[in-house]
Amino acid sequence: MNTFWIILTGALVAASCGFLGCFLILRRMAMLGDAISHSILPGIVIAFLLSGSRDILPMLIGAAVVGLLTVFIVQLLSQNGVKADAAIGVTFTALFSVGVVLVSLYTAQVDLDLDCVLYGEIAYVPWDTWQWGGIDMGPRAAWGIGGVFLLSLLLVGLFFKQFKLCSFDPALAAAIGIPVVFFHYLLMTLVSFTTVAAFESVGAILVVAMLVVPSATAYLLTEKLHVMLFISMGVGVLCSVFGYLLASWMDSSIAGSMTAVSGLLFLLAFLFSPRHGMVIRMLARRRMRLGTN
Amino acid sequence: MSSQTGAVPLLVRDMTVAYQKKPVLRNVNLSVPEGKLIGIIGPNGAGKSTFIKAVQGLIPTASGTAEVYGKPFSQQRRSVGYVPQRESVDWDFPTDALDVVLMGRYGRLGWFRRPGKADRQFALDCLKKVGMADYADRQISQLSGGQQQRVFLARALAQEAQLYFMDEPFAGVDAATERAIIQLLNDLKKQQKTVLVVHHDLQTVDEYFDWVILLNRRVIAAGPVKEIFTAENLQKTYGGRLQVLGTQVLLTNDKTSGEADAT
Repeated sequence: MNTFWIILTGALVAASCGFLGCFLILRRMAMLGDAISHSILPGIVIAFLLSGSRDILPMLIGAAVVGLLTVFIVQLLSQNGVKADAAIGVTFTALFSVGVVLVSLYTAQVDLDLDCVLYGEIAYVPWDTWQWGGIDMGPRAAWGIGGVFLLSLLLVGLFFKQFKLCSFDPALAAAIGIPVVFFHYLLMTLVSFTTVAAFESVGAILVVAMLVVPSATAYLLTEKLHVMLFISMGVGVLCSVFGYLLASWMDSSIAGSMTAVSGLLFLLAFLFSPRHGMVIRMLARRRMRLGTN
Repeated sequence: MSSQTGAVPLLVRDMTVAYQKKPVLRNVNLSVPEGKLIGIIGPNGAGKSTFIKAVQGLIPTASGTAEVYGKPFSQQRRSVGYVPQRESVDWDFPTDALDVVLMGRYGRLGWFRRPGKADRQFALDCLKKVGMADYADRQISQLSGGQQQRVFLARALAQEAQLYFMDEPFAGVDAATERAIIQLLNDLKKQQKTVLVVHHDLQTVDEYFDWVILLNRRVIAAGPVKEIFTAENLQKTYGGRLQVLGTQVLLTNDKTSGEADAT
């Protein structure tokens, strides 16, 4: 049963991140996702100190506030003469460091240790269960990320055309009256939610991989946005299953193995993608050469 | 539409746009007649794109108002179609030509409705009008520059607007696309639609347009091509960079002006 919960939680984390990651990479904002995943740390710690518990709701709120603050500061800096990548670098390291300081200051009160924040520990997920009316409902982490994933699916499903047009052509979107800025911040809120819900399981560093790698893989494999979303989620699930198998075979970190698998899947897509793949292109070149001889 | 209200397609009052306190457009006052093809002409950095963006509320204005058929722009979005510059979007986006044209329908769908069969058929008809029906399911990165421009025009047609803004549709397109665009502009004119086109090529102005707006940070002159498109007005618009040799207008390549292209 524990195996099932670990794989399920991992799959939900990876699919949820992969789903939103598609929009991030299409808008060339993968690094902004990276920034959010780090900078929400102080939000989590402050929510933790204020609420005195590890309930998901205060953490989500804390993370969303700091996540949106990150996006806002990055925008403010880059509109006032700081280069966009430098603005991202400055903002998230500053906020992350505040988080690190807070964690180390309040280690007595805060039941969060830095290793856990950075790397997560998905293997412990099955033991932290949610009791509801005296019934064991299963791991808290699975419910948290599951709920956030459902919210993302619901909102993106409902406003798919808005998200698509804002990603492809924000100027037209604004001209026909779609509130582009609202949808930008909505996406960033969902990214913040997903990141904090994924935090406990895979940690701040590997969340980034899950935001970027499955969607980058999917991008190579299709030319339709909705197919890309499904492939990205599928790749996420594969990462979780094979990552777990790899980790238990080698007796290593589960989150690390998941990410390694995602890298491997990306490499396969990069080599064998039907249209962009290196191998296909090499074969085509070779065929042309043989044809001309 | 105009017959009910008698209002002009576009009325701009006292519009000023500034980037970081430096005015890019100053006190633009314009009244645009219906059913005309209108060229917006001016040197690089004259604020041509800025003008059509500001009118549509895409960039903040320091002052001024824009009215479309007698009402503020924000109440008339459905009567306005927009063709941004082709380079403004990522053509590697995972989508096909028909899907891009369908985006033109989004404004009519409201918040929650999805494009349906009728919308798809309409989008396909729009692609047909620009000679791109055979490319409907082609991935957009596989299209040539001219074909991409035609997809953008088809998308504007799908908006079923009365007033169109087009940002340099003729820039870097092949001869076939150029012909397709001219054909399309004339079709729109026949339907009493008004089209404002940001245009670069002075040689083709009197051939393509009925009306012209000469712009360089302010409106130098605006009116029918025959009256306004004169050597004297062009001289005022382009300053020393223009040489008029008989009937031919030449743009000298004066790089010393150092103006960044704010278009």
